[in-house]
Amino acid sequence: MSANPSPDTVFPHRHLLGIEGLRAGEITQILDLADGYVEQNRRPVKKSSLLDGRTQVNLFFENSTRTRTSFELAGKRLGADVINMSTDSSSVKKGETLIDTAMTLNAMHLDALVVRHADSGAVKLLADKVNCSVINAGDGHHEHPTQALLDALAIRRRLGRLDGLIVAICGDILHSRVARSNIHLLNAMGARVRCVAPPTLLPSQIERLGVEVHHSMKTGLRDADVVMMLRLQTERMSGQYVPSTREYFYFYGLDYEKLELAKPDAVIMHPGPMNRGVEIDSEVADDLKRSMILDQVELGVAVRMAVLDLLTRERRQSDNAGAAR
Amino acid sequence: MNARVVYRNARLLDPATGLDQQADLLTDGETIADFGPGLFSGSLPEGAEVVDLAGLCLAPGLVDIRVLIGEPGEEEKDTIKSASRAAAAGGITAMALLPNTSPVLDEVAGLEFVARRAREVKLVKVFAYAAATRGTNGNEITEMGLLARAGAVAFTDGTKAIASAKTMRRALGYAKTFDKLIVQHPEEPSLASGGMMNSGEIATRLGLVGIPREAEIIMIERDLRLVELTGGRLHFAHVTTGESVELIRRAKARGLRVTCDTAPHYFALTETDVGDYRTYAKVAPPLRGEMDRRAIVEGLADGTIDAIASDHVPQDQDQKRLPFAQAACGVIGLETLFPLVLELVHKGKMPLLKALACVTSKPAGILDLPVGRIAKGGPADLVAFDVDTPWQIDVTRFQSKSKNSPFENRPVQGRPLRTIVDGRTVWQAEG
Repeated sequence: MSANPSPDTVFPHRHLLGIEGLRAGEITQILDLADGYVEQNRRPVKKSSLLDGRTQVNLFFENSTRTRTSFELAGKRLGADVINMSTDSSSVKKGETLIDTAMTLNAMHLDALVVRHADSGAVKLLADKVNCSVINAGDGHHEHPTQALLDALAIRRRLGRLDGLIVAICGDILHSRVARSNIHLLNAMGARVRCVAPPTLLPSQIERLGVEVHHSMKTGLRDADVVMMLRLQTERMSGQYVPSTREYFYFYGLDYEKLELAKPDAVIMHPGPMNRGVEIDSEVADDLKRSMILDQVELGVAVRMAVLDLLTRERRQSDNAGAAR
Repeated sequence: MNARVVYRNARLLDPATGLDQQADLLTDGETIADFGPGLFSGSLPEGAEVVDLAGLCLAPGLVDIRVLIGEPGEEEKDTIKSASRAAAAGGITAMALLPNTSPVLDEVAGLEFVARRAREVKLVKVFAYAAATRGTNGNEITEMGLLARAGAVAFTDGTKAIASAKTMRRALGYAKTFDKLIVQHPEEPSLASGGMMNSGEIATRLGLVGIPREAEIIMIERDLRLVELTGGRLHFAHVTTGESVELIRRAKARGLRVTCDTAPHYFALTETDVGDYRTYAKVAPPLRGEMDRRAIVEGLADGTIDAIASDHVPQDQDQKRLPFAQAACGVIGLETLFPLVLELVHKGKMPLLKALACVTSKPAGILDLPVGRIAKGGPADLVAFDVDTPWQIDVTRFQSKSKNSPFENRPVQGRPLRTIVDGRTVWQAEG
């Protein structure tokens, strides 16, 4: 880990729309800062005044409890005023609405906007139109950058590094923005990434993203340091992509027998919410020595605080400079 | 008395006959009366208007066999009038309209409506396809005989593939009665549905649902078998893959009655032009990779691909300023067809006459249209153009009501300067 970053170091991006394109140094900057916020979050009084008077809106076009809550907590712990706007998919009028929404938000003078949307690229479309920093909280099958960052932080805190680790990402990679963000991040940090799934759950030419492809957990988990399980959406289990839950669990569900193939101290991750008995056995999920699932939740808040801090830095510095004059 | 016009000092180009020489041309009313070098070295015909082209090219007007417009039904996108203006400004003197209007052109009345509107607008020649199946439902074939009598140039479900092999077999077989052509959008819907762009690394990175190239290849392979079975005539619209070209090349060598076209975006763009979710680059079939793009250029150069059509599909802002998944497919093409075809010439991929053939005599031949060539007594449908002058595509100057062009700001060379239909100048460049 590098030395504590200066709170003045400006992050060279206005938005966080994805991990693809971030440099290793930038990722490390976020993780280092997040380490500090982990400490803050463990203190009895957790709130600071960094974002006092700033406004953060969480705009969720897709249902999510844990990610939205995590962002809400992150903003509040930094002192920002946080407003949640959710639009259930039925009432989202397609078309101009997204652009209209952007115009409406601009009139509210936000400092940060956190967006989740069911369509890949929708967050970028919005980011092009608004005049505040935008954080992608998941867009379609594209990216979910803060999830990958919190996963990286969890791994780094437990195993001490990312470089050179073997990370097996298992399950529904085809529909997973978490997988894509993790692949980009782990590759940038020098880890070796494997994708383990039946061909029906792998996107075309995924190997071009710099991963090894395995169709069997036996070869995929061999000597792995980290086993990252992905959620399989229930509607995809009955004959469309895999024949049944039962068959999927037999071949791809993580249990102790399959975990034996990984390194003895290998850790298990899951972005949640889990389907127990589908992609992961309950016993494994609850094994506190191996499972980092609860660490992931805790670190998620810290990572999101770090991202909010970094993205608003330039704006805060110039505002302060203006006030001093 | 008929209006007579003399076009002097032209570089006269006729792809059908291979003519390329300095010559004059005389139109008399709606037809070409005469042409040849030094035609009027002595005296000019009395009372004729004289246009000195000062060395500019004069060729048959372009024939665009794949144009979708919104009339009837979606007039906010393009009307017969706005599309006719766009065509004229693009050097196109004849266009064939797809039947995917609302209602679908599957009845004689629909064809009559289009013909009447075209007569009222009276700019370029407007031909129309009729649907191959009722309402393009893919199951019941239309009244092809009656529709052919009412002017249908061929039968197609337009932007929809004729998916059922049984329906395609019957359509090919029945159309043969009237020696009519079936035009297929070759894309197997069960593989393509839900897809947003070409399957592969870029789609994977962007998290967009991919359409495999095989969706097109499989459909072409199947349909070639059905042509063999029925002895019918089939035309594949907008082919996009190297395998498609190879399959059609072999089918032609076997003597099957098949033809195909492609659109400029398939030889001028690739899937990388989708970039960061540019919805203007969303088309059906999707833009492919660089190897396929090159194969399309080769197919044009060796003649396997018979024609280039604009595949003009207007979409307004509301349909394009959306997340990629929700955005509509299509690009406008009437006003970019000519410069993009000339791009092939300037890049040394095709000689000028051969490139012009792909947008004049050959597409006219596919649909048996009496246009697309320079002949004494033939229709005076002409375009005067400049081959070399560089300019930049500027969508704001376009006549089409919709502005969905992925070619905005592209530097190109050469442009139409005067468009003549039935002897009348219907469009002339400013200045």
